[in-house]
Formats: sequence, structure tokens, C-alpha cells
Amino acid sequence: MKINSPLEAYKYLPQTNCAECGEPTCMAFASKLIDRSGKTSDCPPLVKEKKYAKKLAELDRLLAPEIRQVTIGVGERAANIGGDDVLYRHKLTFFNKTKMFFDVSDNMEEAALIERVKKIADYKKFYVGRNLLLDGVAIKAASNDPAKFAAAVKKVAEVGLPMIFCSFNPAVLKAGLEVAKDKNPLLYAANKDNWKEVGELALEYNVPVVVSAFNDLDALKTLAKTFAEAGITDIVLDPGTYPSGKGLKDTFTNFLKIRRAGIMGDTEIAYPIMALPLTAWMAGIKDPVSASYWETVMASVFTIRYGDIMILHSLEPYAALPEMHLAETIYTDPRTPVSVEGGMYKVGEPDKDSPVFFTTNFALTYYTVESDISANGIVCWLLAVDTDGIGVEASVAGGQLTSAKVKEAFEKAGFDLKTDTNHNTLIIPGLAARLQGDLEDTLGANVKVGPMDSGRIPGWVEKNWPPK
Amino acid sequence: MAKKAKLSEMTDMFKDVDILSLEGVTIEGDIEIELDGLGGGFDPMLAAILGQENAVLAQHFARLAGIFGVPVGFGAPGAGAPAAAPAISPVLAAPKLKDLIPAKFDVANIAEWTTQIQEVPIGNTSADGGSRGKRVMLGGEKALPFFPDAPMPNRNQVTIDVFDMRLGLAKAVKENYDDVMDNPGEWAKKNVEKFNADMITIHLISTDPLIKDTSPKDAAKTVEDVLQAVDVPIAIGGSGNPQKDPLVLAAAAEAAEGERCLIASASLNLDYAKIAEAALKYDHDVLSWTQLDMNAQKELNRKLMKQCNVPRDRIIMDPTTAALGYGLDYAYTNMERIRLAALMGDEELTFPMSSGTTNAWGARESWMVSSPLKQDSDWGPREYRGPIWEIVTGLSLAIAGNDLFMMMHPTSVAALKQITQTLFGSIEAEPVDIANWIKAEV
Repeated sequence: MKINSPLEAYKYLPQTNCAECGEPTCMAFASKLIDRSGKTSDCPPLVKEKKYAKKLAELDRLLAPEIRQVTIGVGERAANIGGDDVLYRHKLTFFNKTKMFFDVSDNMEEAALIERVKKIADYKKFYVGRNLLLDGVAIKAASNDPAKFAAAVKKVAEVGLPMIFCSFNPAVLKAGLEVAKDKNPLLYAANKDNWKEVGELALEYNVPVVVSAFNDLDALKTLAKTFAEAGITDIVLDPGTYPSGKGLKDTFTNFLKIRRAGIMGDTEIAYPIMALPLTAWMAGIKDPVSASYWETVMASVFTIRYGDIMILHSLEPYAALPEMHLAETIYTDPRTPVSVEGGMYKVGEPDKDSPVFFTTNFALTYYTVESDISANGIVCWLLAVDTDGIGVEASVAGGQLTSAKVKEAFEKAGFDLKTDTNHNTLIIPGLAARLQGDLEDTLGANVKVGPMDSGRIPGWVEKNWPPK
Repeated sequence: MAKKAKLSEMTDMFKDVDILSLEGVTIEGDIEIELDGLGGGFDPMLAAILGQENAVLAQHFARLAGIFGVPVGFGAPGAGAPAAAPAISPVLAAPKLKDLIPAKFDVANIAEWTTQIQEVPIGNTSADGGSRGKRVMLGGEKALPFFPDAPMPNRNQVTIDVFDMRLGLAKAVKENYDDVMDNPGEWAKKNVEKFNADMITIHLISTDPLIKDTSPKDAAKTVEDVLQAVDVPIAIGGSGNPQKDPLVLAAAAEAAEGERCLIASASLNLDYAKIAEAALKYDHDVLSWTQLDMNAQKELNRKLMKQCNVPRDRIIMDPTTAALGYGLDYAYTNMERIRLAALMGDEELTFPMSSGTTNAWGARESWMVSSPLKQDSDWGPREYRGPIWEIVTGLSLAIAGNDLFMMMHPTSVAALKQITQTLFGSIEAEPVDIANWIKAEV
């Protein structure tokens, strides 16, 4: 965005402090605009009253992210990419997590094609209260046959995931568009040979389009600029992704340069960037596990350094899991607190016979333990000990988790093991096993060492609860 | 044969036409423009490279010629074929996508990166008064890792863990070390000879009073054994017990006198002065360890430098590594912020960094047989999950600015070296033609 202080945004607001947006003052609302937690459309007077129209338009221009946001697909699972304002996540946050599209070919057997697409659509991993998902399907026109490609698109479209159409042949792309008119697929790609025809398709069908120039940023910018001047707004950049040696280093450098230029205000190249980690499979790596590893390595590099969307091949859990987690890691908003409130939490409706666990108030630790317990139907008390938001192992090592701290947490929560339970027993994390003796002395309670990982609590409870 | 049009003729030809796009262009002299091949194999991208002005002119002429059906160029066989013009694809008739608008890409280096990271050597060779076969050098960066702003002088280094006793490890890790786990010297040897470790780290965990309470003297003996067994530089770690570590590490430092080992670690919750003193007295480096807190890192570095007089070329930082999925976002950003602050001149942070990448094995995804949650999709074989978890954890921190990696799984070590050295620029590979990736069999 072009402005960075609430004061600058405030100038364009009604300044009536009407509070219709939910904020007490226009200045408070302006801060939300600047940290991008609020949108101009949240201010009813600004949107409704004609006299503000000019100010609204100007404010929207000033607030627009440096990197264009592009939407692929439609409906619930539509994928937004781009929209970033910073080069480093701690400066604000990154927006629109890197989207993972997995490849299929139009020459696959129909049953295999459908099975793979369903697998992509259904893949999920539970993480801190929600599911991590894969994002879409890249359909490769390996046949170069418009009819075959259209048939494959039709099948894939039924599943409802966003799609990328991959062909340098405009006739093939057109055939795909004809059978998926309302699906808003991303066209891959316009290059130096086909740009007119592919650009025309993007305009005619009003869909986003990739411009592609391998390892040639002048050519890439030329294509992007040409398209923008022609009125194409939803552009994605493909500078090529080489899988090894100097080629991969050049690719990395290209991604850095493009994003730096975009964030620094070169609007002609301020678009989302596409990475193609699946070229790892062209690097001559014989063993498929190693090839998949290398693909994940490439995906990791470009998740961190500015890839907004990528096409991948390996659907093995050892590829998809780390890739999904890394995208989550890099795009998690660093402004959200790292800890939960210390105190006693109930999982289910515990009573005096229910077990009592404790963990630390590091948000990730707490939510992991909480979900492991609740997902397995265990009713219990769960004490979050304030360790300054540090996990169990690290806080034991660092001295933020001690028997005195645990005692203090019980006292603060007003929970007494002797009177609030019938068993006077505390179950401690396996990683805090060394506190067992200390805790028995400090609390005057029975202290049992639970498993090293909360995922094993269900098995542990089955074996060890109630205490004999 | 292609025809040639002289500019003067062209100008005459179009003088009555209002051509906005030619406004401001002064055409002087009798320049000949080759329109050979226009319309057929004309490569506007090539034209763009040839020079913006020439390209613009050439394209204008190509377009104008197209619009007016001028029988010049277009590679039409035979002369006098005005009908050739409409043969241009109908797309050309659309108003907007006619010609490439040439653009040059350019971006500046980061001016604020003014300060170089301190270079810190580990290991003394005979030339330095030690017995190591080589010395590793960390740091020296003037930009974020692998960035084009300034060359990175030293590659990343990997030190593989050795423990002074048999312990529980993830199955995928343990099967590599089961035969040497009772002998730290043999373990160290295997790391170097078989798994290509740049360094080894000996963790003296048995000294923990709650584990075996091994005496500092016996721990020092283990360090001697390891120094005998391998000639790479070594790092020496304690058990994490804040009361005992200073005693253990001081004894170990004495036993390793003159070898310039990395003593791990000084931290704010133990007697860091004692550790720093031993490191200086016996010629070692100090690992300055804090927990995901940049300000605490500054404080500890400051204390090491000002209170303990540790020279700048003996400090390496461990700002803490959290595993992928378990706080890597904090570890990543903490390191990236530390490195950026250092490059911009914060002298309390201009040190190389070290990561306990082995922590990745604490993530359940790396070692658990299957997901504890029923709704998850299949986690697949764990023996493949673990190493990639360690790789991605380490690689992320390499990109954030980390220099030295303490690791465990041989496959992870190999892959991390391959990618960091690729980005460093020292890996040669046969160029891969990716032009046809859409049709490639994978």
C-alpha cells in the first residue's frame, strides 16, 4: 500500500466517529485499514454516501496491496494468491498462503484421473483447530489434443477445485475454457510465441493468465506490461523453475528480484509468482523418494521466498504434509499472540474423578494437547501453566517451567488437587519428567509421568487411569 | 525475397494518417529498417532485446503495414500481394493485443545492508596449534543468505550429533547408529566417514544428575576419545542442567585445550561467565543460546563481550530451533529479524547462527507411526516423513540466515547440503531443459 500511518488513512474517512464500522472512532478504524485487518467496505457512510465517492476511490487506490491479488476458481475453495505488501513476514504478515496445485495429465485413464483428483480434494491434516488442505489441480495437456483436453477438464471440473490449464497451444486452452466457462481457471501460459492468442482468450473468457518467460526478466516484464496495457488485470508470473545447479540458483535469484521490485513499487511486475517444483522430476533423479524429496525441497525454498502458487507432482504424505505445514508456517500472522491465557481449562464436563493434566501456555502446545485429548473423547482438567509462551521441553530446559510455577498456576486458578479431586493426582508431560520428584514435594500430590507426546495420551489413559 | 522500406517512403505513405503512437518520434535520415520476416517469424521479444526504440519503430511499422495492407515485408513470397495482409491472424484485429510493449527489468540492491556478519572459525589445525585436519569458517555474509546483493563467503556447515550414552531415538534415526551408540568415538567416526559430517557435536547428556550423573572428569575423557577418533572440528554440548553444565563444560574445555571447539552453550539461566572463562582460557568458541527472544540474545551477547571479554570472533548464536509445525514460524522469523538487524548494523547481533535442527525429530509427524487423529488423511510411512521434516526445518532456517546445522539423519544431512550448496552456487549440474515440462513424463 502507498500509505503507512493511520493518520494518512484518516484524511479520507468521514471523521464523524459514527461507530457504524464497529470501531469507536474513525482513527481506530484507520489503524485497522493500515494493518489490513479492516476494509474500506466496512465503513457504511464511505460506501453509501455519494459525497465520499471520490475519497473512497482514492483511499482504495492508496490501500491496494503492492502485489496484485488474483483469484483462481470459484466458490468455497476459490484460491486467492498475491496481495502482499512486505518482503519479510514480521514487517506485517504475508497474505494468501502459497497455493499448492497438483498435476494430472489429459492422457490419464479416466478412472485414474478421477481417483487422483478426489485424493487432492479430500486430503486434509488437522492443525491447531482446523484442517490444512491442498488447493487445486493443474491439468497438463500432454496430448496437445483440444478434444482430449476438454474431456479431462470436464471430469476435473466436477470435483470443484480451482484449476490451472497447462498448455502453450491456444486451441487446447480454448477447448478447455469452452467446457469450464464459469470456473475461472488460470491459463498457463502465454509466452513469446503465443501471447496474442492466449491474451485474447484471457480477455474473452475473463480468466486469470500466467505469462511465462524462462530466466528472462525483461521478457517476462514485457509480457506482463503488454497484457496490463491491454486491460488484463489478473496476471501471474512464471520466470521458469529450474530444478538443479546454477539453473535453480538463477531461479531463486529471479524470484527475489521480481518480488523486491514489486514491493518497492514497480507496478509493471507486481504480480503473484508461480513456481514449478515438479520440474524436480525432470532432473534425472532415479529413485522416486529422492525425487519427491527434492520436489519438496524446491517447494520449501519457494514457499519461503515469494512463490505464491505452485504446481507439484508428489502426493505422497511425506511430500504433502511438510509442504502444507511450511506454507502455514510462513503465512501465519506473526501478530497473533503466541500464548493462551494461563489457567485451568475444562475438556468436556470433568468432575472430581476426572484426570488432571498440565501443559504450557505456548499456543501451539496448548492447542495440540487440547485437540489430542478432546478428539479422543477424554474428559479432563487441563492446566495451562504460564511459561511465557514457551513449549514444555524448552521451558523445562530454560527454567520457565518449574514445580514452583506449576504450584503458582494451581493457586491462581483456584484449583486444589486435594479438595477438587478425589484422587489428588497430577499427570505431567513426559517431557517434564524430571520435575516429578520436585512436584510431589511442592504439591503434596501424587505425580504421574504421562507420555512424551500428547498424541499418546489416549493409550496412556486406557492403561493408567483411574490410578490404582 | 523480403522487401525493404525506407523510412522516408513510410513517412510519406502515412503522412495523412493521424497516428497518435508516432507522436514525438523524430525520424531523421534515411534509415533502412529490415522488415524481413515480419508477420511470419517476427520475434518481438528479440526486437525488444535489440533496443526499445528500434523495436517500437519496427513494431509500429509492422502494425501500420498490417492495418493498411502495405505490401512491404511480411515475408510474403512474391511481390505485389496486398491480399497478404488479412492473412494475419484475426487476433491482430483486436484493438489492444497488437504489439509487445518492451520493458526492461531492473531492481536495486538493498542499500541498508551495510554491515558484515563476523567470521568465526571452528577447529584449530596444526598451523593454529591444534590437531584438527581442517577448520570450518562460519559467517562473513553481507546480505541475506543466497541473495544476489553480495556474495556469500562461506557455505553452510553440518555437524552431526553424537551422544555419550545409548538413548531413545526415532526409529528412522536409530537404525543408522545402533551399532555405534555405545561408543562415542566410533559414533563420531561413522558420522564423518560414512555420513559426510563437516563437524561432530558430542552431547554429554549422561552428566545430568537425573540421568547418570557422570562426573565432569569422565565427561572430559569422552571428549578426548572423540577428539582422538576424528580430526574434524567438534562442538561440545552439556546435558541442559544449568547447575552442572558449567562444571562439565569447563572440564571438557580443558581436556580439549587448543582445539578451538564450540562450547555449547552459554545461556542466561546458568553461569555463563564460567563457561566463557573456560572457553577463553583453553582456546574455544562460545555458543550463545537464548530462547526465541531477540532482545535476550542481544543481552547475552553483550554480557559475553563486555563482562566476559569474549572476542567477537569467538561468538556463535543459537536463537533456538522449533520444529516445522511446532513453532518454526517463531524460530524462522526470530532468525530472519536477527540477521536483518545485524546487516543493518546492530553490532550485538552480527554473529553467525547455529540451529539444533535435530529438534525436528520432536515433531510427532517425524516419528509417529500414524496420526493420532482419526480425521486426518493417511500419514504414510514414517521412515520417509522424519528425514524430510528435518530437511524442511533446517532449510527454512538456512534461508532465514542460519549458518551451522546440528543434525541427525544421514539423508537429511545429504539433502540439506545439496540444496544449501546449490543456492550457494557451488553445485554444478547438467542444465535441464524445462521448456516441455507439460509433456514430460513424471
